[in-house]
Amino acid sequence: MSSIVSYGSYVPRYRIRAEEIARVWGEDPENIKGGLMIYSKSVPGPDEDVLTISAEAGKNAIKRTDVSKKTIGAIFVGSESHPYAVKPTASILVEALGLPNDIHSADYEFACKAGTAAIQNVMGLVDSGMIENGMAIGADTSQGAPGDALEYSASAGGTAFIIGKKGIAEINKTYSFTTDTPDFWRREGEKYPSHGGRFTGEPAYFKHVLTGAKRMMEMQGTKPEDYDYAVFHQPNGKFPTRAAKMLGFKDEQVKDGLLTPYIGNTYSSSMIIGLSAILDKAEPGDRILAVAFGSGAGSDAFDITVNDSIKSYKRDRAPGVMEQINRPIWIDYANYVKYRGKIIMRGE
Amino acid sequence: MSEVPRFWRESKHRYRLVGTRCENCGNLYFPPRDICPTCRRESINKMKEEELSGEGEVYSYTVVHDGLEQFKMQVPYIIAIIKTKEGPLITGQIVDCNPDDVKIGSQVKSTLRKVRTEGKSGIIQYGYKFILK
Repeated sequence: MSSIVSYGSYVPRYRIRAEEIARVWGEDPENIKGGLMIYSKSVPGPDEDVLTISAEAGKNAIKRTDVSKKTIGAIFVGSESHPYAVKPTASILVEALGLPNDIHSADYEFACKAGTAAIQNVMGLVDSGMIENGMAIGADTSQGAPGDALEYSASAGGTAFIIGKKGIAEINKTYSFTTDTPDFWRREGEKYPSHGGRFTGEPAYFKHVLTGAKRMMEMQGTKPEDYDYAVFHQPNGKFPTRAAKMLGFKDEQVKDGLLTPYIGNTYSSSMIIGLSAILDKAEPGDRILAVAFGSGAGSDAFDITVNDSIKSYKRDRAPGVMEQINRPIWIDYANYVKYRGKIIMRGE
Repeated sequence: MSEVPRFWRESKHRYRLVGTRCENCGNLYFPPRDICPTCRRESINKMKEEELSGEGEVYSYTVVHDGLEQFKMQVPYIIAIIKTKEGPLITGQIVDCNPDDVKIGSQVKSTLRKVRTEGKSGIIQYGYKFILK
């Protein structure tokens, strides 16, 4: 099986607190902080989008490895907020990252698990021998309708992986589970998504995440205690915390990958930015269970073992996830709606 | 009139700070030049593309309070001349900071951002900007 050769993430510096959103909509912030476990979220700057976020994450992944860019034979970008409806983000990234033009490229979409779909497709090309290395990115600048519960969580960020034969962490196995479950959707041309409220819980998130994790452990003959870390899709802080408990994982196994309480749900980067934060501190031999979830609905599970190469890997050539989380620029709701294009300007 | 062809021709330079170095005298130019202004005909076929690191320091700057319509969301914003590590001076925006944070000599690095869009349906022009290190 293929392995993770390099990785890098990017989190925009702007942040808004749950209290500030609650203040505007007359809600009790303690319900959000206590109920959803969201304290703040990242906000893309007015000149940031999925392309710029993907480029920064991709650059960070390239900086950390001595693998030549010329060996990258594929780039796939998963997102639900690609800047163009027609014009692949991946095509712009080929030039922006200086990748060779002899390259497979495509954009993917599967709500919050498009990034892991990209990883699996690169793995297929690597394992089949079609390419030596490939890049998979999950990035989003997700939107929640004003006043909707999603406004507390929908945020921005991106994570890029270079996948190849020889890397710092082996992907022992991947498994996917898919059903037709309309828990969350956005129709063509609509600015904001719709969701099924409580329906997004049991039949959607929990069914798919728990099935993905359980089936993976059955196939690998493992138990929760065999893993040093576990990371799950995190639409809020509450769902992954509850899923971890239901599966039998302890807090210390999941705390390092649980970032949504501080940066919100980065959608296509949600689980993989947690995985990126885990890799920032992982040691040789550490085993990681990672399960992404995408509404609609499906889950992608990964069983990963970090190998000795991480000792000589140059993690410090690019900023880690926590380093980026710990340099916020706080903004108020007025600047938030301005930056997110929620104000109708003259001529619009 | 659409700026698509011009933007497309320059995208490599705008995305990755690709300049040109004269292999006759060694001077590095950004934006790239086809002919070295020092060596002139001696530089023909000797101008090689070279990517700048994106690192440098603030050489000079100004704070724009009455900006172009396209930049209304970003006012007040900072336009600076950056002295790159490799030498060329580059004009660009410094983002993700308050104007008070910027000083002459501040260390910066390049980042890829949206620079402008051609209305609601035209292309999105991406290019280099700078952030404080």
